[in-house]
Amino acid sequence: MPTAHTVTGQAATPPPQLDHLRRLEAESLHIIREVVAEFERPVMLYSIGKDSSVMLRLAQKAFYPAPIPFPLLHIDTTYKFREMIEFRDQMAAEVGAKLIVHINKDAIADGTQPFKLGTQRCCQLLKTKSLLDGLAEGQFDAAFGGARRDEERSRAKERVFSLRDAHGQWDPKRQRPELWSLLNSRLNPGESIRVFPLSNWTEIDIWQYIHVENIPVVPLYFAKEREAIVRGESIIVREQSFVPMLPGEKTQMVRCRMRSLGCSPCTGAIRSDADSVPKIIEELVAAKNSERQLRIIDHDQDGSMEVKKREGYF
Amino acid sequence: MKGLLRICTAGSVDDGKSTLIGRLLHDSQAVYEDQISAVQKASKNRVAGPIDFSLFTDGLKAEREQGITIDVAYRYFATARRKFILADTPGHEQYTRNMATGASTADLAILLVDARQGVKDQSRRHARIARLLGITNFVVAVNKMDLVGFDRAIYDGICAEFAQILDGASFHAIPMSALEGDNVITLSERTPWFTGPSLLEHLETVDVDTDITGQPFRFPVQLVLRPHQDFRGYAGQIQSGLVRRGDEVTVWPSGRSTAVKRIVTYDGDLESAFAPMSVTLVLEDEIDISRGDTLVSGPVQVGQRFEADIVWMDERPLDPTRMYVLKHSTRVVTAEVDRAFTLNEIHSAVVRTSRPIIFDSYRDVRATGSFILIDPATNFTAGAGMIGVPTRDERSGRASEGAAERLARIARAAATDAEAVEAVRAALEAIIGR
Repeated sequence: MPTAHTVTGQAATPPPQLDHLRRLEAESLHIIREVVAEFERPVMLYSIGKDSSVMLRLAQKAFYPAPIPFPLLHIDTTYKFREMIEFRDQMAAEVGAKLIVHINKDAIADGTQPFKLGTQRCCQLLKTKSLLDGLAEGQFDAAFGGARRDEERSRAKERVFSLRDAHGQWDPKRQRPELWSLLNSRLNPGESIRVFPLSNWTEIDIWQYIHVENIPVVPLYFAKEREAIVRGESIIVREQSFVPMLPGEKTQMVRCRMRSLGCSPCTGAIRSDADSVPKIIEELVAAKNSERQLRIIDHDQDGSMEVKKREGYF
Repeated sequence: MKGLLRICTAGSVDDGKSTLIGRLLHDSQAVYEDQISAVQKASKNRVAGPIDFSLFTDGLKAEREQGITIDVAYRYFATARRKFILADTPGHEQYTRNMATGASTADLAILLVDARQGVKDQSRRHARIARLLGITNFVVAVNKMDLVGFDRAIYDGICAEFAQILDGASFHAIPMSALEGDNVITLSERTPWFTGPSLLEHLETVDVDTDITGQPFRFPVQLVLRPHQDFRGYAGQIQSGLVRRGDEVTVWPSGRSTAVKRIVTYDGDLESAFAPMSVTLVLEDEIDISRGDTLVSGPVQVGQRFEADIVWMDERPLDPTRMYVLKHSTRVVTAEVDRAFTLNEIHSAVVRTSRPIIFDSYRDVRATGSFILIDPATNFTAGAGMIGVPTRDERSGRASEGAAERLARIARAAATDAEAVEAVRAALEAIIGR
């Protein structure tokens, strides 16, 4: 039973409407501007992936013709793909933003790596602890992150302004209600917020936007022949020498691409022929698995992501 | 393609709301295989059907352990016809605030009811919150029809009750089994008397009234952008209406008028822009404008006293002797409310703010008719309000308060006392002359 319409007898011009991508864009610009207006020291977490690339473009749009008024922060585990690091430095220079690279040097000096400590402990030291230290060092009170609610089920409950205590930790039961587009920026001493301007975007929205906006992304997202270890369902592009080879195992050339970018030892590739953005979108529409399936770190226990977030992870 | 539809769901505990959403996501293929296998793994720990669809949406460990939904979760799915954002809100009374949160951005509400239980107080309450938050489109999902043998009389009785509760609002009722999929995506053979459409088809085709561009122009200033001497732009999101280059706009609360010189975006200047676009406006005249001011066309209410429906969301009750922080569009003021509230209470009350705000009635413009109340002691978002009408003594006091603020601004802007006196004199004459 659709709503009854008033019939006026004349053809009314339909009201102008924004398509869903432009609606998402407008909402994100609003969020980014609110943060700059209401916080002292914002920073944008730049993880080099597709979501960060979109977020960076949105930041350029939000303040145009003024430059981006906050620095970018990359938490470098030193195990990111080499192409990611090249891309990062190039992008920061192009956009003209200040780039801060933070590394947990003590942990690296101690030889921290996933095969020695396990992925959970490794992430905790090189990502979570490093992030908290990096934020503390810069005395940042608001940190933008590119997380989306459609990524993982505990993220579906995340606010746009995610309140963190003095230790950067998330308490799902202490979340503030968020109504309309009214964001509460008030913090108690020691508290900070993580801001998610892409909350309402889906993976397909991100790729569609990259396509229409012609946003550069790391070439690892596109299919090509890569030298990799194939182990059952996993395709591992071996960049770090500590990634063990099983007896008799050899690398082989596989046509593949990355659906999600992380640390090279813990991020698998997928077999794919998608070597352009439209082909990636086509592949996604037909996909049967979510993008985080290839992220080993989400699956090591039930509620993995929630546990990490409570500890201070994005 | 019909664009974007924002939905919220409401139901009592165990009405099967999460199951319905899980079913919708699963059957519209918004759920991936690895998520299904994660759910199958977790299903073994709980007693439910073969696949427990609610596990797709219950994101927190405590929720999965207790088999309940605690917090509002947002879900995204798309069909060839439309994109959907769905706010899944919990049914327990102590979490009413989440229902209000979900409804605040929704175009349509799905009210779920258990066919065996019929309409409960909770259902009435959810319908009331949704209507209060401005929702005019409803789906009444009469769930668990399989457990009452698809009895049409039961369904008809529930529909009749909802017709009363929703009094005048448009609704589409559907007899359903979310667990078994009847009438969710396709019409069920078990309800031959139901002519449809199914839930998904209705969601794909329903017209919702989202013509915010037809409303008066409202542009709360978020930021002043001044990258260099020759550029001064006001960044914000158009909350309602449309603006063209050359249009005259009034700045509130100062009351000064000027014209739009440029509509600036990263992608180039525009001839016109409309809600909900985020743009930067450059104005013809140099006027003192800062964050919290609003550019408008057409009449507005400017004042410090108004009536509002308030939802209280904090365990700490509202204390009418205390001051709260009120955020309305981009303006933050202190405010007091003339009556007490406890958690989950909804009442009409009179709000008085320390400084004037420009506002509309919530029915007319959602964005400039809504506000949140923050407890300054805890900084928790404690209340949400929907503005009704200015109170009677406000109407008469309105002009002079606007003028006083304007005079004060003019005086502050002057370089010397003598200039201030002259400027205020000229402004007063202009007011009297009108």
